[in-house]
Amino acid sequence: MYVRDTIAAISTPAGEGGIGIIRVSGDRAEDIAEKIFIRNMSGGMKSHRFYYGAIADPDEAVSLDEAMVVLMRSPKSYTREDVVEIQCHGGYLVVRKILDLVLKQGARLAEPGEFTKRAFLNGRIDLVQAEAVIDVIRGKTDAAVMLAQHQREGHLSLRIHEARENIVYALAMIEAYLDFPEEDIEFAEDCEIVNSVKGALGKIDNLIDGFDEGRVLREGVSVLIAGKPNVGKSSLLNTLLQEKRAIVTSVPGTTRDIIEEVVNIAGLPVKMLDTAGIRQTDDVVEKEGVRLALEKIAIADLVLFVLDGSRVFDEADGLILDAVAGSNVIVVKNKSDLAPVMIIPDLLLEKPAVEISTVTGTGIDALKELIFSTFIHNRAVDSREYVVLSQARHRDVLQKAGGCLKTFLENFGAGMSLEIVALDLRDALHALGEVTGETTPDDILDLIFQRFCIGK
Amino acid sequence: MVVFEKSYDVIVVGAGHAGCEAALAAARMGRSTLLLTINLDAIALMSCNPAIGGLAKGHLVREIDALGGEMGKNIDATGIQFRILNTKKGPAVRASRAQADKQQYRLRMKRVLENQDNLELKQAEVTGLSVENGTVCGVDTKVGIRYPAKTIILTTGTFMRGLIHVGLTNYPGGRAGDPPSIGISDHLRELGFEVGRLKTGTPARLDGRTIDFDRLEVQHGDAEPTPFSFSTDRIDCAQMDCHIAYTNEKTHDIIRSALDRSPLYGGVIQGVGPRYCPSIEDKVVRFPEKSRHQTFLEPEGRDTVEIYPSGLSTSLPIDVQYAMYRSIHGLEQVEIMRPAYAIEYDYVDPIQLHASLETKLIRNLYHAGQINGTSGYEEAAAQGLMAGINAALRVQEKEPLVLGRNEAYIGVLIDDLVTLGAKEPYRMFTSRAEYRLLLREDNADLRLRDKGHVVGLLPDEDYQAFQYKRTMIGEEFERLRFGKISPAASDPLFLEQLGFSGLKNSLTFEQFLRRPDITYSHLCQIDPVSRDVPAIIREQVEIQIKYQGYIDRQQLEVERAAKFEGTKIPADFDYGGLSGLSAEVREKLVRFRPDTLGQASRIPGVTPAAITVLAIAIRALGAR
Ligand SMILES: Cc1cc2nc3c(=O)[nH]c(=O)nc-3n(C[C@H](O)[C@H](O)[C@H](O)COP(=O)(O)OP(=O)(O)OC[C@H]3O[C@@H](n4cnc5c(N)ncnc54)[C@H](O)[C@@H]3O)c2cc1C
Repeated sequence: MYVRDTIAAISTPAGEGGIGIIRVSGDRAEDIAEKIFIRNMSGGMKSHRFYYGAIADPDEAVSLDEAMVVLMRSPKSYTREDVVEIQCHGGYLVVRKILDLVLKQGARLAEPGEFTKRAFLNGRIDLVQAEAVIDVIRGKTDAAVMLAQHQREGHLSLRIHEARENIVYALAMIEAYLDFPEEDIEFAEDCEIVNSVKGALGKIDNLIDGFDEGRVLREGVSVLIAGKPNVGKSSLLNTLLQEKRAIVTSVPGTTRDIIEEVVNIAGLPVKMLDTAGIRQTDDVVEKEGVRLALEKIAIADLVLFVLDGSRVFDEADGLILDAVAGSNVIVVKNKSDLAPVMIIPDLLLEKPAVEISTVTGTGIDALKELIFSTFIHNRAVDSREYVVLSQARHRDVLQKAGGCLKTFLENFGAGMSLEIVALDLRDALHALGEVTGETTPDDILDLIFQRFCIGK
Repeated sequence: MVVFEKSYDVIVVGAGHAGCEAALAAARMGRSTLLLTINLDAIALMSCNPAIGGLAKGHLVREIDALGGEMGKNIDATGIQFRILNTKKGPAVRASRAQADKQQYRLRMKRVLENQDNLELKQAEVTGLSVENGTVCGVDTKVGIRYPAKTIILTTGTFMRGLIHVGLTNYPGGRAGDPPSIGISDHLRELGFEVGRLKTGTPARLDGRTIDFDRLEVQHGDAEPTPFSFSTDRIDCAQMDCHIAYTNEKTHDIIRSALDRSPLYGGVIQGVGPRYCPSIEDKVVRFPEKSRHQTFLEPEGRDTVEIYPSGLSTSLPIDVQYAMYRSIHGLEQVEIMRPAYAIEYDYVDPIQLHASLETKLIRNLYHAGQINGTSGYEEAAAQGLMAGINAALRVQEKEPLVLGRNEAYIGVLIDDLVTLGAKEPYRMFTSRAEYRLLLREDNADLRLRDKGHVVGLLPDEDYQAFQYKRTMIGEEFERLRFGKISPAASDPLFLEQLGFSGLKNSLTFEQFLRRPDITYSHLCQIDPVSRDVPAIIREQVEIQIKYQGYIDRQQLEVERAAKFEGTKIPADFDYGGLSGLSAEVREKLVRFRPDTLGQASRIPGVTPAAITVLAIAIRALGAR
């Protein structure tokens, strides 16, 4: 029924402290553990015993973390296959790095529910139990769909769809040439095909850069607090930092420099940037601050657009709205302890929003949750066996597709036969299919018939 | 109803391209077979284009031939112009095409049918089926005879409730000159089938004596015609020419000004037409920027002046047809012998079929050809052949023969039909085959001869010839693997010319041939023995060597997909009782009732998660 390859996943919820567990199941589990687990004792591991040691990349010889490792030999394990569990010190970054290492050694990232599926297929659990798991899988797919509608994700899949369009176009041009040699139609120029594929590749490369989760975890993410003067930006920063850092006064323009602080939100390192309140000003020093702030908007991974809910949305707010329009934004309506006055303009209605009060502390947890889930998508989902899949998958998908497109460009450039290079484009579409849905032959034919007058 | 004295194993309804293959296959497999058709003078008639083959269609013909069908042999015997298309492209997308002598084609097929053991032909119009307990057991005809049979194959083509349109005038007909088939589709609907309506069209037939061919571009056949059939050694007959003409702005103006008299644009025609075979008015409307459209003027045969102008099908009124054709350069004086027309007809959506082409609703009833929403002779013949084989296997109480998508275009065709259904007329294209590099014309025999022989369709002598060829291919591979070119023993200048300068170690012949640009003719210069290898063996070996990497890659994909393809879903599987499926997916599965997980995975909208759920549930059923 399934390929007996070795699978791995993080089996503790993402980002929660305490310990993190990486579970590996399959014939190669023990092998992989032996490669990356360094311990003082000699000899192989015995089944069902805890061993203490360190996890290290054999290629780099730097240890990542201390760890406890237990091997459960088949059939006395959850999946009835050889299972290795690596326990380390929580911290999302470390756990993820160890998982990456395990994957690098040849394991494959487990599908949602795959451990349970194996347990079922190997007769470890019965149908009733399995069906419960199926519901979870189902739930996860639905959650994935919901996530897709999420602003950032929506943006991602939109871009992937654009890349797909480019590839479909190139493939349609090639297929038309192959399937309709007798038609009186003008076939696409080579450069048209190449440009279309390059366009797709460019988009994909951009996405990979932008969505490199490794980067997110290694360097943390940067979150910019933007808002006109005195809406409570610094108070928000302080609340998030849980200590007073920025000077808080009621004189507009007090915070003139960019203040950087790192907070840890559920294991995710978040670099908070507070800015000088943006407003049109003549003060030279402050002008500099405003300029800096505007610049930062462009490079921040996320902008918290802070508004004063107790006042009307005014021109100064509008100025900032213009500046953040192209960014990833969370609307933070502060001062929920006062009477609500502000009506959020339509343009912002689609953005995720949260009401807070830095005075009473309401809404702060919700805000943290929102920041976290912007970057780590599956937090909302029960995360046993389910790592940042949607992101890791996307990256995977994009890398695979990008690889196919590069091969295509090489082969096409070398003058290889078109029915052969068409394979590379099909593979690329197939890879993207996980996000965009499969591209069927009819999709290609549709485009051919739309563009060319075919019909003898 | 009078019940006929004799009962048959297989009755085939309709002697079009599907019906002929179906009847021959069943009879050749030793089943007592009856072929009923409305008009015995219109057997295997080419309703439209007097041509067989083309991209993907040529592939189908070679596959039909490899399995033991007749189409390839029939066109080899009656073709008047043969060409291989795409010769400059890779072997997977090379395809054979031939112009046929329309009358000879039909007459030869009739002769073959009449000379076939176990096969009877009768002229009759079938108006209903006799069905007992969900199993078909005979057919009723218009003249009041019921013919009993174990299995029935319906191949009614464009005939069911056929309605012919010329301008705003229309009349019932199955094809110009033939009556429609009335009653049977209503009966199918009563039995519970979903019956839909499609449309197609054909150009006028022109009088060749009134065309100024001297002013037109000529298109010759290949100097050396290549046969379709693996059993045909060579084709010797003289070849005829086609000519190429073009419409112009004047033609387009004539068409545009007459659109209000088009049944298509006037909304008279309800059926869905094929996008890849648009009428000329469609082309003019959809591509206004195109200043001309091409037409091939194809002779309808050796002994007739009738000319078929491809690409100029229309349902415009007859006066517009005259004006339009006569506006074409070279056709100023042209006379129309048969007007162009469009036809609407009933079809039965093929998602109601198993991959064996048996209907899911009624046991022992098979549908093949245009009744399934396809268009084209080759598509029809391919289905006819499979339905014939599977009806015969049913009578023999054997498992049906279902070809995989990795085994044949026939497999792709039928799988597409039964998993996706047909909302518009379906035609085969090579781009529909995900394993295109494996499904070549050149290796159709290697892919399918065994299967044709196992079911008892392929005659022994054809099979033996094939086995001989296969052995020779194997031996040649062996020879190439061991034969070596050593730099010391070869002419250094020759090697250098071929880009092998600085060759240190010796090279096997196989490695040598693997290089792009290197062919057998180069090998022959180094190795005299290679000169004796027959051309068909060389061709096959060379293609396999050159394509090896890609063939392997596709083979890997095939293996990956195999686990789903092989998993059967029980016919009575209860989707309602399965938790974990979304309502939408559940509804689709209930509607399509896929036979295998592979089929299920190709139904649009059925998600990978749903397939996992299904896989687990099926596995659980098996365990119980
Ligand atoms: C006007 C027209 C235009 C076409 N244009 C194209 C085109 O552009 N491209 C293309 O690829 N294909 C075209 N075709 C389709 C092509 O002719 C068919 O796809 C092909 O012939 C279908 O083969 P078949 O065996 O399914 O049916 P047909 O060849 O139609 O044969 C059906 C047979 O069944 C018999 N029959 C029907 N009902 C009964 C009954 N109740 N009892 C007994 N016998 C019955 C008929 O007499 C006939 O012999 C066109 C067909 C027509 C008529």
